[in-house]
Amino acid sequence: MRPRALVNQAKARGLDMIAICDHNSAENTAAFISAGDAGGLKVLPGMEVTSKEEIHLIALFDAQENCAALQNLIYQNLPGENVEEVFGPQTVVNERDEAVGVNRRMLIGATLLPFEQIVSVIHSLEGVAIASHIDRQAFSLVGQLGFIPEGIPLDGLEISPRTSKEEAKSRFHSYQHYSFVWFSDAHCLEDIGKSTTPFLLKETTSKEVKMALHGEEGRRVMEA
Amino acid sequence: MTVSDIVKSFGLKIRAGKNRLDEEVRGGYTGDLLSDVIAHSRKGNIWVTIQTHPNIVAVATMKELAGIILTGGREPDSETLRKAEEEGMPILVSSLLAFELTGKLYQMGISGMG
Repeated sequence: MRPRALVNQAKARGLDMIAICDHNSAENTAAFISAGDAGGLKVLPGMEVTSKEEIHLIALFDAQENCAALQNLIYQNLPGENVEEVFGPQTVVNERDEAVGVNRRMLIGATLLPFEQIVSVIHSLEGVAIASHIDRQAFSLVGQLGFIPEGIPLDGLEISPRTSKEEAKSRFHSYQHYSFVWFSDAHCLEDIGKSTTPFLLKETTSKEVKMALHGEEGRRVMEA
Repeated sequence: MTVSDIVKSFGLKIRAGKNRLDEEVRGGYTGDLLSDVIAHSRKGNIWVTIQTHPNIVAVATMKELAGIILTGGREPDSETLRKAEEEGMPILVSSLLAFELTGKLYQMGISGMG
């Protein structure tokens, strides 16, 4: 996706804040953050990491260098090379929507890192750790491991647009001690804002999002 | 057929639950998606997987499986071993890949239906 087009689309959908979470990579976040700054949209640097159990995990940060630090660890633990004919090109862009490079790593693959370890690294980098689309069977914490192991300090659980709030509340009743969020998981422009979560925050930062997910100091996840 | 018979036939390495190898094996199940294993495995099955997370012990215990075989020489996480010893759940390691091992088990007369 092109940064300027994405920023325009997000604003047209009424969003205040988005996060760029490529699979196992954050090389595109800087361009989107710049495009967001220019266009008046808050863009968080992030990543959707694949654990060795093939679980997807969203990491959100405020500082780009912390996101880059996670990326370094991921790259050291991500085997394989991308096959463009099968998985498509992995283009790196700048804030003017220009292609400036190609990522040759197999970003669709799984890292060699256990899920719990990735959560702990994200936290040590002051990031927010949210288990992705737990309502889906493929690549989800619940699908891969059957249930959420006790004692994982996740900041929240993401539910895909295909499961309604009512449905999620009953199906994941036993996980209600975690905050549930709905994200679009948009892989194309049309899906931006397809699913959103309203937060009550003092400012648009990942730190505030984390506070809201834990219901701290008046911040909270609001009912849509 | 017991878990012990399988261990001997394929030279499996015993990583946990060595006192529970006389358990009778009734059928088998191969899979790495634990939600799928919960849904479809049956009591007494021997389970072939590459997942090494501690949750495999919980799933095998809950479903009353006869034991877990990790394939491709994968070793269980340390927490997985601890839980397996606690629950008395056999964890065995094979250097064969899942397809091959499953085929050999089937040839031995262990069917998928249990």
